[in-house]
Amino acid sequence: MELIYGPWPWYTSGILIAFVMLLLLMNGKYFGVSSNLRTLCTICGAGNKIAFFKFDWKAQKWNLFLITGAAIGGFIAVNFLSADTNIALNPKTVANLEALGFQNAGAHYLPTELFRFDSIKSILLLALGGLFIGFGTRYAGGCTSGHAISGLSNLQLPSLIAVLGFFVGGLAMIHLLFPLIF
Amino acid sequence: MLKSEAASWFRIYEMFQFQSFHMYGIIGVAVFLGAVTIAVIKRFNIKAFDGSPIVFQDKAISFKRYFFGGLIFGLGWALAGACPGPMFTLAGAGFFPIFIVIVFAVFGTYLYGRLKDKLPH
Repeated sequence: MELIYGPWPWYTSGILIAFVMLLLLMNGKYFGVSSNLRTLCTICGAGNKIAFFKFDWKAQKWNLFLITGAAIGGFIAVNFLSADTNIALNPKTVANLEALGFQNAGAHYLPTELFRFDSIKSILLLALGGLFIGFGTRYAGGCTSGHAISGLSNLQLPSLIAVLGFFVGGLAMIHLLFPLIF
Repeated sequence: MLKSEAASWFRIYEMFQFQSFHMYGIIGVAVFLGAVTIAVIKRFNIKAFDGSPIVFQDKAISFKRYFFGGLIFGLGWALAGACPGPMFTLAGAGFFPIFIVIVFAVFGTYLYGRLKDKLPH
């Protein structure tokens, strides 16, 4: 039980992710989470004015079930399968984060300095993060599931370019922008 | 996602600092197994459960949209410490500020829909 209640080793997640992709393929679908963002826009009525959102969203219901399942999984994992949710980070990472203002990095699952509702700056940063995620994934036509996992597994060069972009963006944010933001 | 800590902002930060193999391990194993899976499906013409053929579509070769779109997403991935899948996992796990990220991600997608014809593809 110790094994279940503590953090799971990386290969368990990797295996499960690949298994999810296999299950989806065997059901005639694909593994790509960011398309749900487009579906959500359409459900909110964006298709009335913009062609990009004019499609039969009901055909994408299976993908909405996927993210609902992901949410349920998160609920079960935190409430029934975890003794605590601290993260054993590399001490250098903890030190880096302390220099940026994040105390006790890893003591909780997410940094409380950023994930809160009572700081305008934090809300703006989370909003900005969300904007980039939503805009970027549609522009690139996929996110880590669609490009990094599905695309690379299918040996797609465009996906490799996308993943390169992911990393350039991520590295720029962490190394160039974080010191300015935090 | 949650138990392997892939949904943790801290692990994403650590990944971009190259200070742990962890996240690379997760993605690496998934891609390796995924590639084997797809190769086997193609080699043996495995059909879906309902008997229909499993079709893989090659993506149109292009550079700008994949690189620039990827870059923008990467900025968001590092800032919010989550990509679309984990966003919903965190919501279910009760980390409610993630809803700010989710709402604005939907809005960001909407913005793309409005602006796409003006962007290089």
